[in-house]
Amino acid sequence: MTLRHAFVLVVCAFAVFPILFVLSAAINPMGTLASTELLPTGASLNNFANLLTSDTYPFGRWFFNSVFIALASSFASLLLSMFAAYAFSRMRFAGRRVGMMALLLIQMFPQFLAIVTIFMIFTEVTELYPAFGFNTAWGLLLLYLGGALGVNTWLMKGFLDTVPKELDEAATVDGATHAQIFWRVIMPLVTPILAVTALLAFIGTMSEFLMANVFLRDPESKTLAVGMYGMIAGDHRNANFGMFAAATLITAVPTVGVFLWLQKYIVSGLTAGAVKG
Amino acid sequence: MALDVREAAPAGTRGRPRREITTAFVVSRIVVLAVAAAILLYAVPPLVATGSWVALGLLCGVSAAIAYLYLTRRFIPAKYLIPGTVFLVAFQVFPVVYTLTTAFTNFGDGHRGDKAAAVTAIETGSVRQAPGSPEYTLSVATRGEELVFLLVDPATKQVSLGTADGLTPLDGARVGVTGKVLAAPGLTVLKAPEAAARGQEITALAVPTGDGVIKANGLSRAVEGKAALVYDAACDCVRGNGGTWTADESQGYFVNARGEHLAQGWQVNVGLDNFARVLTNPTISGYFAGVLGWNLVFALVSVLGCFALGMGVALALHHPRMRGTRVYRILLILPYAMPAFAMLLVWRDMFNRDFGLINQLLGAEIDWLGQTGTARLGVLLVNIWLGFPYMFLVTTGALQAIPRELTEAASIDGATPFRAFRRVTLPLLLVALTPLLISSFAYNFNNYNAIALTTDGGPFPADSPQVGGTDLLITYTFRLAFGAGGAQFGFAAAISVFIFAIVAVISAVAFRRTRKQEEVYA
Repeated sequence: MTLRHAFVLVVCAFAVFPILFVLSAAINPMGTLASTELLPTGASLNNFANLLTSDTYPFGRWFFNSVFIALASSFASLLLSMFAAYAFSRMRFAGRRVGMMALLLIQMFPQFLAIVTIFMIFTEVTELYPAFGFNTAWGLLLLYLGGALGVNTWLMKGFLDTVPKELDEAATVDGATHAQIFWRVIMPLVTPILAVTALLAFIGTMSEFLMANVFLRDPESKTLAVGMYGMIAGDHRNANFGMFAAATLITAVPTVGVFLWLQKYIVSGLTAGAVKG
Repeated sequence: MALDVREAAPAGTRGRPRREITTAFVVSRIVVLAVAAAILLYAVPPLVATGSWVALGLLCGVSAAIAYLYLTRRFIPAKYLIPGTVFLVAFQVFPVVYTLTTAFTNFGDGHRGDKAAAVTAIETGSVRQAPGSPEYTLSVATRGEELVFLLVDPATKQVSLGTADGLTPLDGARVGVTGKVLAAPGLTVLKAPEAAARGQEITALAVPTGDGVIKANGLSRAVEGKAALVYDAACDCVRGNGGTWTADESQGYFVNARGEHLAQGWQVNVGLDNFARVLTNPTISGYFAGVLGWNLVFALVSVLGCFALGMGVALALHHPRMRGTRVYRILLILPYAMPAFAMLLVWRDMFNRDFGLINQLLGAEIDWLGQTGTARLGVLLVNIWLGFPYMFLVTTGALQAIPRELTEAASIDGATPFRAFRRVTLPLLLVALTPLLISSFAYNFNNYNAIALTTDGGPFPADSPQVGGTDLLITYTFRLAFGAGGAQFGFAAAISVFIFAIVAVISAVAFRRTRKQEEVYA
């Protein structure tokens, strides 16, 4: 047990020390790159205050955009990939294996390279349906949902495979439809993996930068990733480092919040209980 | 009850279940139809307005198929797969396929449009004022959304309206003392700052006349000029300036006898040229092997390092008597919770030789990102730092799915904890995680951000600024394709096909090796 603690503590130290550096830069009143050290001389919350009251950077707006997009997209993609995982895990149909391989293969194409095409598609969409075009959260959401299947589906399918099939067979015998089995039997049992994937999807969307950078040009529509990159791009890098560090810390808050919220589901071993029953 | 239910056997063979129509059934069908109808109502009018009949047909076809799918009781797997697949096809598969088709073209700077656009650009770009041609006083106005010219002939004081269609006389305009038009019926005359803001549009507008075009020269004068270069359809060539440039359909350029071409070209199909260029161009293929080698190491070490570290802590915490797991989990997840792109930039600063944190802590003066060896070590360290919490989370999730009974049974049978892990836990974990490991490999193989935001491919040797010590194929090729030479989308797409092929082959091999496992456990 001591060994376990020692090992985990070492890894924790590795995990935390760059974050301490950011923390130190954020409360360092000098706020420039050259003056950063792990233990700052003197501390103030000036960087946070400057950030939140800044006229140049609508930080609150970025924050809201990011959280909204991340919550909406992780919820929707969770549902879509859970549907697909249920079909792949529980049903046998023509093209099942091919479908799963295709999912994996499509994910391997360097998505970044399709960015020119995506740009052209959404130029068209912006003209036809401005509500789903550039500078809108909805357009970006649609784009993110394109990747909703893929890795998450595999992760959930792997988990579903370990949930005993006898459970849904028993439900079928009792006259349940496939939809009832999905919502009433499967969904409650897969909460741990739902929690994990929800968290992964949330984090992934929060720090997604490339697509958002193409998509969101208008300062009001930017997400944290796009906005913050602008803060230290080019000449601003040294001057804004303190504010940037403060922004980095604030960005992490919702993610940690989601994690704390989902922690109990991640921890609980519901499936083990189901087998015993 | 149980009589009309088929045997509880393979799920795929289920016949049509005989069941009564429930309220839930009716309500869910109505909801599906209502959503489909709402989407149609929203999406159709703009398509009709712009006459996009192909898109309209596609939309109606897909909607009809979906409605049919959800109204029958058959195709049950499809009911679950379609929602995600629609998005996948529209925003993932289609862009990829489209990108692949551009690999066979010369799409890029100088080759963006079709031939007609190139001819127009060449002709209007070469307009020179003909000697003795009239010079007009120009006012810029808008007619609705359209930008138009109001031209006053200084000699006759006649006001004309110039549009892209031609020149028409205009009556009722009020001309000021400077000779510029102040107001005209049905038109909004732009003030100087407004006009200046639309400078590009103004420069682009060419008003065709009998034997030339009228173009703006600044914001208040317009001159009639003639195109020095004129396209002649008879010989499919451009003449003028004492030369002839013949259209070369294989290059998408107008080329003259000396082999020189005009700057403006058009998009043509170049077949396998882009692919051949990757293989035969010495600057590109020369470094390919070296970059590929490091790229493989980077992806493998990233994945295995993250997995080993992540699984290690997940296993350490996965013990009923472990205390403080809540706090540990939060600390371990922190690197993943921080915005990745920001932390990459922070790490770059921590590696800085003069005022970086790492050198300060070590009391050293190591130029971390300035030497190939330490730079590679650095980016790997950063990437593992960023990636291991993901593996930790995923393994934690997968560990929950393994019934404790299995490991308990193993220990009752006398297996040591290590043996129980090796023979029971790890194989079960790998069933769930192999696909993730493989896709994580693919992700890291193309991890553009990890390199671009830390070292940007560097350090670069003095003799070759093209390829740096930490360059991955994707950063290296992006520099070639989008770098100083201008955008070459077709060429970039061809390179991505190569990258895709390499990743796909490696993944397929990895999959074959683990496939048997899945058959056993799934």
